[in-house]
Parts: sequence; structure tokens; C-alpha cells
Amino acid sequence: MSAASELSQRTVLRPQPTSLSDLFWSMTWLALQGFGGVLAVVQRVLVDEKRWLTNEEFIEDWAVAQILPGPNVVNLALMIGDRYFGLRGGLAALAGVLAFPLLVVLVIAALFASVADMPMAQGALKGMGAVSAGLIAAVGLRLVSALKANVMSAGVCIALAAITFVAIAILRIPLAWVLLGLGAVATLWAYRQISAIELASKGGRS
Amino acid sequence: MILNLTAADWLNLFTHFAALSLLAVGGAITTAPDMQRYLVTEQHWLTDAQFTSSVALAQAAPGPNVLFVALMGWNVGLNAGGGLQAGWIGLAYALLGVFVTMFGIMLPSTTLTFMAARWGHQNRELRIVRAFKQGMAPIVIALLVATGWLLIAGHSQPTKDWPLWLLAVICMLLVWKTKIHLLWLLGTGALLGALAVV
Repeated sequence: MSAASELSQRTVLRPQPTSLSDLFWSMTWLALQGFGGVLAVVQRVLVDEKRWLTNEEFIEDWAVAQILPGPNVVNLALMIGDRYFGLRGGLAALAGVLAFPLLVVLVIAALFASVADMPMAQGALKGMGAVSAGLIAAVGLRLVSALKANVMSAGVCIALAAITFVAIAILRIPLAWVLLGLGAVATLWAYRQISAIELASKGGRS
Repeated sequence: MILNLTAADWLNLFTHFAALSLLAVGGAITTAPDMQRYLVTEQHWLTDAQFTSSVALAQAAPGPNVLFVALMGWNVGLNAGGGLQAGWIGLAYALLGVFVTMFGIMLPSTTLTFMAARWGHQNRELRIVRAFKQGMAPIVIALLVATGWLLIAGHSQPTKDWPLWLLAVICMLLVWKTKIHLLWLLGTGALLGALAVV
């Protein structure tokens, strides 16, 4: 099957999860590092540490995980697991992201529900919130270098990024509108670029 | 608060969360206002304090933020089963709440993602699929920066809470330019916050 040859090709090229349990425990460890949201650590773990994805692939997968409904980290885990081991892999990755963190949060709720109202815990929460805000913004900055390979020019990329930031952060337009509206414009623009490039390369060959 | 929930109520809870699941573009947290309207205002299955602490606790704990939904189910179950002091019955009800809300919020979106992502991967050579990925890249990057911005701007003013903003900016620069382990930063943030420095 082509899936098998594709898999073996990848083995040569770069690391990948070795088994379902590797996938499960990797996702568990990833999720348990995510105080204040897993988003802050997901790029660091999957790209820098595990090397299962390149920055470019991470952005592509993240775009899909983001535009579909549901928690984006959960969507991403499901997609990656499915790619390596099919449905079983998707479920193993999904279970990894959710099972132990769920246990932890329930134990915290059962034992320390009252702690959440203490000023010190509130303060710690505020501090961690600020840190994870910085971490998430940094993930964005780290991924900027991946735009070099984009079919759209640097100017167009910067304009799209700037409009997105203003729409979401300043104007507070609902995410779904921004993704659908701006996403459609950007996709059509990229489509035009790809068509132009392919036409040019065809013309060069003949 | 002691509730008397029928099987129909549990089914209602499940279908409500299942419907929200498909609307949750950008994560389950975007549907939190509707959950509050439903659980607190309309059905009176949760107190306002229980709702707020579910969100806060899930954010403090490690793991995906969607687990705040599990805590809501947990609290509904506690209210329905007499709480943990009721023993095993109380625990069983709480866990039932967790499963009903979590399956509700996860099942539809996960199924859709699974099928859509598979289609996209199988057709990744299609020009429109490649265009989507290329076109979305700068938007996705800006979205991450904007998420960081909103996380801090949602609760504070730069002029009044400048230590908090300074902490966020320093962390951003450290993560951008160095390979420092993220848990050090989160630990430092928690400590500074607990000591009321930020």
C-alpha cells in the first residue's frame, strides 16, 4: 500500500512515534506540561523536542486544527495520531491528551476546590496566565520564519497577519468570521499564486 | 444545592453540549457564555460560583482548557447526587456528569475533524488544499500572537498592571530567542503571582 511506503519513507527522513503507547505517553506528557493551556508548549514539544513535525508542517496542521470546531490541541493530536497509526493512533493521541489531565483536574477539584478562591492561588493563577500569554505569543513569533517558503509574497503575508491581529485582538471580531472571511481571501490569493507558478514552470519546460 | 435530574435532563445536557461542540471554532471556551446561560440562568443546575470556579480551576491545572467542561459536568453531578459526602453514589453521579458533558462537547467536533483532516491529507496535492494551507499560514501566526495578547489584555490595563505585562513580554522574548524550559517560566510566574509581585 502507498500508506506503508509513505510511512517507511518518513522513517528515513525524521523521527516519528514508534508505537501507540509512545504516542499516548508523548501526548500525555505534552498535555501535563500545559499549565494555562497546552497551546504554549505544543510547538516546542512536537517540533523542537520530538521533531515529528517541521515548523512549516506545524503551521499547516495548526490551520486545519484551528478552523475546525473543537479544542485545537485535541484536534491536532487526533490528526497526528491518525496520520501515523490510523484511527487507533488518533484515539490513542486523543486519550493521551485528555485522560491524565482529566484525572488531575478532578483530583484537584475534589481535594482543593476551596483553594481556588484563596488570594495566593488567585495570584499564582494570574502570574501563570501572564506567562502563558507570553509563551503563546512567542510561538507565533517563532513560526514567522516558516513564512519564507510561502507562495505569497512577504508583503501579502505581513498584511494578512496584521489585519488578523487587529481584527481579533483590537476589534474583537468573532474568530469564526475572521477565519471564514480572511481565510477565504487568503486561500484564493494563494491559489492564484500557485496557479501562476505552475503555469510558469510548465511554460519553462516546453 | 440538591437537584433531581431525570434521564431526560441528562439527555438534554448531552445534546446541548453536543450542539455547542460544532459551534466551538477556536476552542470550547468560545461557547462558555452560552454554557453559563444554559447551566446557571436557565436550568439552575450550577451556581454562578461553581461555574466560575470550574473555568478557573481548569485553567490552573495542566492540560487542555476544554477540561473546564468536565468540571462543569462534575459539579452538576455533585449537585444531583448529593456531593462527595454522599459517598460512592455522589462520586458516581459526579463521574456521570463528567462523561455526559465531555462526550457531548467532544464527539461531534472530533468526528468532523477526523473526517475533514483525513480528506485533506488524502487530497493534499490538490491545488485548493495547498492554497488553503499556504493562505492560512500568516493568519494562523497572527492568531497565536493575538491569543497571547487577549489572554493578558482581557483582564488588565497596561498602565495599571504593568508588572504583569512586563512579565508576559519578558517570557515572550525568552521563549522566542532561547531554549529555556517552559516549566521554569510557568513556575516563576506562579511564584511571582502568589507573592503578589505581579
